[in-house]
Amino acid sequence: MNVSLVAADRLLWSGEATVVNTRTLAGEIGIMANHTPILSVLEPGQVDVRTADDGHWVAAIDGGFISVANNEVSILCDRAEISHESDFEEAKRKLDANAPAPAGSADTDGDA
Amino acid sequence: MALSLREYRARIRSVESTKKITRAMELIAASRIKKAQLRAQSAAPYARELTRAVSAVATYSNVDHPLTTEPEESNRAAILVVTSDRGLAGAYSSGALKEAERLSEKLKGEGKEVDIYVSGRKGIAYFTFRRRDIVDSWAGHSDQPTYDVASEIGAALIAAFVAGSDAGERIEEGEDVPDVPAVDEVHVVYTRFRTMLVQEPCAVRLLPLEVIESEETPPPDQVLPLFEFEPSPEEVLDALLPKYVQSRVFFALLQAAASELAARQKAMKSATDNAEELIKKYTRIANQARQAGITQEISEIVGGVNALADANAASE
Repeated sequence: MNVSLVAADRLLWSGEATVVNTRTLAGEIGIMANHTPILSVLEPGQVDVRTADDGHWVAAIDGGFISVANNEVSILCDRAEISHESDFEEAKRKLDANAPAPAGSADTDGDA
Repeated sequence: MALSLREYRARIRSVESTKKITRAMELIAASRIKKAQLRAQSAAPYARELTRAVSAVATYSNVDHPLTTEPEESNRAAILVVTSDRGLAGAYSSGALKEAERLSEKLKGEGKEVDIYVSGRKGIAYFTFRRRDIVDSWAGHSDQPTYDVASEIGAALIAAFVAGSDAGERIEEGEDVPDVPAVDEVHVVYTRFRTMLVQEPCAVRLLPLEVIESEETPPPDQVLPLFEFEPSPEEVLDALLPKYVQSRVFFALLQAAASELAARQKAMKSATDNAEELIKKYTRIANQARQAGITQEISEIVGGVNALADANAASE
């Protein structure tokens, strides 16, 4: 099945995958090929994807949506950080720079 | 020749430095347009997926949501005007402002009060100078908007709109209604980027949302997928629609940014051309003045020599 991870300002990843694991408001969800069409709200957390070529990546997301239809999975979020792109040191430096803000208050999207 | 040669030379020098500046700005704008277009392109997948999701919910469920409900009577409207932070972009900002004024007149004609929300310093300056009230404003990002700004603007507009949709009930229930003036509709005025040469100001209604039901027609051998919504259609819609609004605002900001840069490039190009023209003109006049000076000097010398010769001839 075709999976794409889309942040508000860019497409982070798109390709063939076998399993997608993540967490929705209703609980953990694992999606494999031929999953029934679903549209669900995601919790801030991580997305775990096994790619078709036996690879594996995780991404941190700040909530969003997952939609599955016709073997097309799209994960939408405002902001996302994908494992093979993110730099741990850089992230840590940024976190330290923003130290006064308590950890976990990263979501700034103001849903009214 | 009213001015001396030296003054013309000074003018040429000053126009030359103006030309250097406008040329630099033209090049900067040109390189930024590419980036702005790239940014608009990379934001497209999100908008597309989101639109698809929203129309899926709209198509498969019959859920009414405050953001999509037409108010029974509308007597207050908000206009978000997207302008630039800096000038030197030709008629870019004034075009958007004119469009906003036109829309505002139209809404006032329909008996609605108009609240102004502005993005970009030029717009803020325009309204403050005219002592018009601005409900909220954002600045400092006009040529490279981020999604964060868009979601901030979106959240403010939604807050105003949601306050409008149920304020009456909430006041009756004795609740505190937030301080934002409640509006019944929200419009956005921005400059649409058509081509590098054509950008046009346009006004669209943002809220209440008009959700287009699924425009995708399924391939003939398949039926449209029957979505399951988790946790429930209402909750999915609740989370989806504000994002949708924010992505629409983001789209407007990105378009406006590309238009601003294109307008600036165009304006700076014609400024550079004009400067070249002026330099040419002044160089000609300066050459003329120089030649006139030389001619005058020669005729003075000749005149002097002749006078001396005449004087000598007379005394002999």
